[in-house]
Amino acid sequence: MDLFEYQARDLFEKYQVPVLQGLVADTPEQAEAAAAKIGGTVVVKAQVKTGGRGKAGGVKVAHSPEEAKAAAEKILGLDIKGHVVKRVMIAEGAKISKEFYFSILLDRSNRTFLALCSVEGGMDIEQLAEERPEALAKIAIDAVKGIDLAKALEIAKAGGFDDDMATKVAPIFVKLYDVFKKEDTTLVEVNPLVLTEDGQILALDGKVSLDDNAEFRHERDDMERDALDPLEAKAKAMDLNYVKLDGEVGIIGNGAGLVMSTLDVVAYAGERHGGVKPANFLDIGGGASAEVMAAGLDVILNDPQVKSVFVNVFGGITACDAVANGIVGALDKLGAKATKPLVVRLDGNNVIEGRKILADANHPLVTVVETMDLAADKAAELASK
Amino acid sequence: MAIFLDQNSKIIVQGMTGSEGMKHTQRMLKGGSNIVGGVNPRKAGETVEVEGKTLPVFGTVAEAMKQTGANVTVIFVPPAFAKAAMMEAIDAEIELAVAITEGIPVHDSAEAWAYNVSKGTKTRIIGPNCPGIISPGKSNAGITPSDITGPGPIGLVSKSGTLTYQMMFELRDIGMSTAIGIGGDPVIGTTHIDALEAFQNDPETKAIVLIGEIGGDSEEKAAAYIKDNVTKPVVAYVAGFTAPEGKTMGHAGAIVSGSAGTAQAKKEAFEAVGVKVGKTPSETAALMREVINSL
Repeated sequence: MDLFEYQARDLFEKYQVPVLQGLVADTPEQAEAAAAKIGGTVVVKAQVKTGGRGKAGGVKVAHSPEEAKAAAEKILGLDIKGHVVKRVMIAEGAKISKEFYFSILLDRSNRTFLALCSVEGGMDIEQLAEERPEALAKIAIDAVKGIDLAKALEIAKAGGFDDDMATKVAPIFVKLYDVFKKEDTTLVEVNPLVLTEDGQILALDGKVSLDDNAEFRHERDDMERDALDPLEAKAKAMDLNYVKLDGEVGIIGNGAGLVMSTLDVVAYAGERHGGVKPANFLDIGGGASAEVMAAGLDVILNDPQVKSVFVNVFGGITACDAVANGIVGALDKLGAKATKPLVVRLDGNNVIEGRKILADANHPLVTVVETMDLAADKAAELASK
Repeated sequence: MAIFLDQNSKIIVQGMTGSEGMKHTQRMLKGGSNIVGGVNPRKAGETVEVEGKTLPVFGTVAEAMKQTGANVTVIFVPPAFAKAAMMEAIDAEIELAVAITEGIPVHDSAEAWAYNVSKGTKTRIIGPNCPGIISPGKSNAGITPSDITGPGPIGLVSKSGTLTYQMMFELRDIGMSTAIGIGGDPVIGTTHIDALEAFQNDPETKAIVLIGEIGGDSEEKAAAYIKDNVTKPVVAYVAGFTAPEGKTMGHAGAIVSGSAGTAQAKKEAFEAVGVKVGKTPSETAALMREVINSL
């Protein structure tokens, strides 16, 4: 999960990384009060998880609380690349002398961590990496040893800092590694890291991504999270792995790979049936029970865009009879509310029992099809009607 | 032959006495795997009856290896304890550690991997977040159903569990030397390339199916490796063409960010080195069938 800029700022502060004052505001009045509290010149910054907000008018300098209020009025509600601004951060102004770049990230390709550093910050880092790769130092970080002061100095010097500046930024790199490690992140980026006219080093803007798998060891209950689509929220409450997409064929399967594959096969079939597309990703997991199947169907049948549903299960640990019972049970429970046709393909563990349960139930909405390809075609055909 | 796991493999289960560990120990025994014991420091010295076999529980992996001659461990412990379990297996220098556990923090996997490297990579780790490895008719270490297919000439390596099962099922009349699910996490112990190298060197394997999915660059690297090192025929499948950018598709590693990690890029990388790529699992199986028939 990516954090908002203000959340990254707050995390930096928690680990004594030098940052400027920053206060959030959800209304122009709150922005005015925040600017008065900070005093002097402030910057009003849209809190959205996308780049290019400056160009989109999402960042404005204000020299008084009144100006901050006016700026917030313009920024709140702004649509930046599909992200509507609901919150701004009022940040203390700084007189910048130089801008630098520093980040730590998970280097999946090399199964380790990687620190990126450049004395030439401020510009788009992808552009720098492409145009002048020699100006961007890439230093592998051992996941057990991490970044100590010696490593931090090595990184700073490789990034082009002179000895004097390297000794100033290195302790900050160590603290940023603390953020990276202790908060279970996959990315900590500071862009820009700045030297102010009065000689301070500050992290002026930050990006942090958290590892969802590590949530169990952090207390983040009161953290602002992205607003979920209502169906995604419902699925999450039932502990289902669901992603809403923009199509007509509802998909339920077991195992992430098989479900991704099912989406593809349905999209190909859709090309033959008026361009219908998969409506969602829903993985009920490798060992799914009848209850989980019923919960999944409940989410998908509540999607008004869905016109047909494709249940694609390969019984590995999951037994096909449990899946079949889940389908029959869910349809019974829904009764007259279930109006959308279901195409079911079952294979693997207990497939004969599973198919028999569906045949015996003989539900008018359910069609059992032998193979994944034919079932996808049938589901696409039904959705195009 | 087969790779990494065969009829001589002696398997222990870390977390055997937990509900998942017990269920799958039972399944593996039923499928013919030689399970010789379990590890749980709180139940050391006890025994467990599974499938008519009395299995001893040891306090540590090292102790279990000493007492039973085990050379493979399968890890079923919960995410919070998985790093310690992997490091214990590494310390014991067991040949193969199969980490089934799903949902391990990536810092823990990265640390375990760095630890393994620092110790000279004496332990082959498969996973985490994977179905494990099966050499049909010989042994099964993990949660793959034992009865989908029998032994045969095809080697299979896949990021996804259920797609592994699906492909084994599609090609069940031909059979497999070994099928490995390497897992869908960002940091894993055995890569596509590791499996390709082993299959290339395994006389029993005549052809290879490689299954990939969106995220990372493992498939692109595999394609480059195939070009220079693999002479056996390879057929590939990639899942996730319809996955939108920025949405994680079930596996922690299955995410398209910007132009990186797309299914299209992976498909093109394979095709550029002459590896045929199936549009669907069944088309991929058909391509493999053609390969086998032409051998």
